[in-house]
Amino acid sequence: MKKKRLITRTIILVVMALAVGYTLYANMNKDKNNKIVVGEPAPDFVLVDMEGNKHRLSEYKGQGVFLNFWATWCKPCEREMPYIENQYQQFKDQGVQVLAIDSGETDLVVNRFIDRKGLNFPVMIDDGAVQSTYGINPLPITFLIDKEGNVVRIHTGELTEETVRAFMEQIKP
Amino acid sequence: MKEVKCECGHVNPQGTILCESCGRLLEDNEKEKQLIDMRYEGSARRSQTYNKTIIDKIWNFFSSVKVGVSLIIILLIASSLGTIFPQEMYIPPLLPASEYYGEKYGWLGKLYYDLGFHNLYSSWWYLILIAALGISLVIASLDRVVPLYRSLKNQRVKRHESFLKRQRMFHVSDAELPEEASAKIKAKLAKKRYKLREEDGDLLAEKNRFSRWGPYVNHLGLIIFLIGGMLRFVPGMYVDEILWLRDGETKSIPGTEGRYYLKNNQFIFEVYDKDKDEKVFKDAISKVGTVVKNYQTNATLYERQGDIIPGETPKLEKVRDQSIQVNKPLKIDGYALYQVDYKLGEMSKMAFKLENKQTKEQFGDLVVDLYDPKMSYDLGKGYKVEVMSYFPDFEFNEDGEPATKSRVPNNPAFIFNMITPDKPDGEVSFVAIRQNLEPLGENDYKMTFAGIETKNVTALTVRKDYTLWIIGLGGLIFMIGVVQGAYWNHRRLWIRRINGQIWTAAHTNKNWYGLKRELDEVFADSGIDAPKDQEAEDKKE
Repeated sequence: MKKKRLITRTIILVVMALAVGYTLYANMNKDKNNKIVVGEPAPDFVLVDMEGNKHRLSEYKGQGVFLNFWATWCKPCEREMPYIENQYQQFKDQGVQVLAIDSGETDLVVNRFIDRKGLNFPVMIDDGAVQSTYGINPLPITFLIDKEGNVVRIHTGELTEETVRAFMEQIKP
Repeated sequence: MKEVKCECGHVNPQGTILCESCGRLLEDNEKEKQLIDMRYEGSARRSQTYNKTIIDKIWNFFSSVKVGVSLIIILLIASSLGTIFPQEMYIPPLLPASEYYGEKYGWLGKLYYDLGFHNLYSSWWYLILIAALGISLVIASLDRVVPLYRSLKNQRVKRHESFLKRQRMFHVSDAELPEEASAKIKAKLAKKRYKLREEDGDLLAEKNRFSRWGPYVNHLGLIIFLIGGMLRFVPGMYVDEILWLRDGETKSIPGTEGRYYLKNNQFIFEVYDKDKDEKVFKDAISKVGTVVKNYQTNATLYERQGDIIPGETPKLEKVRDQSIQVNKPLKIDGYALYQVDYKLGEMSKMAFKLENKQTKEQFGDLVVDLYDPKMSYDLGKGYKVEVMSYFPDFEFNEDGEPATKSRVPNNPAFIFNMITPDKPDGEVSFVAIRQNLEPLGENDYKMTFAGIETKNVTALTVRKDYTLWIIGLGGLIFMIGVVQGAYWNHRRLWIRRINGQIWTAAHTNKNWYGLKRELDEVFADSGIDAPKDQEAEDKKE
């Protein structure tokens, strides 16, 4: 009798705890960048860069991809750009590709920024579709994608030259 | 389990105050009281009895009414805090929330944001409070309804003397109750819809027992309501998004996974006109100034064809044109788009003229699209203006350099290079709203501001709700419970023949006056007195 009561109570509490747990979990992950999971394949996208070349992520299989989301109005993004450019020069012949995706600004602003900073890697503008696929909220955010097309690391926030170098080393095929 | 055996032979669960069967007092300290507490029929609330394992402790915590009431009060306070300023989802997306609250509402707004109240209703602690209340409802109800049901089901006709004399309505008549009078009483009771049970000439009359289940039906409704709310977190059940669209803009409808796109052809904002509209409105219009007649978005709905890789331009097929007005949503596939907000006159284009400062001679117009400015504008005859920098939301940053806060053209500023036949290398001019600087020395030419074009922006709520019927059902059951418990009273009357006397006692869960009146009527002309209100008599003394 006593045991039965304990079992009943435990079952009821467990069921309710599960329901509450699920709700909290679903709520927490509602807006969060949980779409991208380290170790899983990076979602494919197609964007046209400022020079008119089409870049499709899946076509970079066999290379490591350093995928950076940024905007000109984001100061940390601006500070890390020269580091990415420097390391791009070091690693571009070793199978590391840099793709920089601007957050929906105008061509003019992005072009002037590229000129000013002397950027040589492909820069493309996304009007929102890629950002929402990747669950981008704060900028900058960098995704490291290995030669198999899997995400190996997600870094939110500003990068130092050291980290950029270490990251590219990490995804070098 | 330790059980309590009553003298009448009935075995009661531990913690029982009044025997479920005969009503004898089982707890010694109850015996000193003149009236007994009839709440839950003196049955054992399970939680009070066992307190052994951690499961029991958790159970007992949630079973407490005090805990439940405290949770309700805390929730009330928390919910009202969330209404001081608008929640994040309702603020215009022109500024990030981190800046919006501070800018619009001052330091209080900033505090509001920092404390996370801008997303209060989906914060983890708010959800935990709601969940705790839900758990408390389930457990507290289970703990009470099961024993209450048992004792009401098991009650005997012959209640013990100690039970009867401690009822609030009680009387002993030193009289006989002849068969004829008894039959009359019973007939009257039956007419008043009492259910009668008799045993050896003793009587139990009872009506409206179902009213006792009212609170539990009410709780059941609330629990269903909460389950409906919980289902909103299940993917596909509920969408509540907002879509801001400028005139002429096409965007994918949020929540539809990129399946549907909407184009805002034009947002229309109409007010009543004092002279054109019917005369009846005239007074009202002069009193208030402007009265809005219509908010309308002329929209075109598109459906995407085929699969899409993010970033690709979608192939869209037109579904239909429709105008969306307040309370006239566009509906598609379970989704509804409602007109909810707007912004008039957002800057979209700026016009300038190149002017010679001395001769005041002007060279050509240039119109800069603030959403897509060109690199340079050729004005012909060797006159050309290059846009060197564009700051859609201009500010001076910490280093004193021009910068942009966001990509929205709230405060556009430009650095122009003006190329003219006499200055082929160009002159640099910095132009912002009401600012015209010459950072690299005195210029011969300047950019004069020649006007502005604006666009309207519409905001639509995207709503899909498959949980509404569950929430509605919960609400309905809730109300049924309220009505059930509020408009009927559970009334009982006991009549016993004890040692040649007639003992009468009565009980109701509320409205004692109503019971008294009813019984006075039943016992009129019967030769015995109706049970008297012992509490009222106490007060008289």
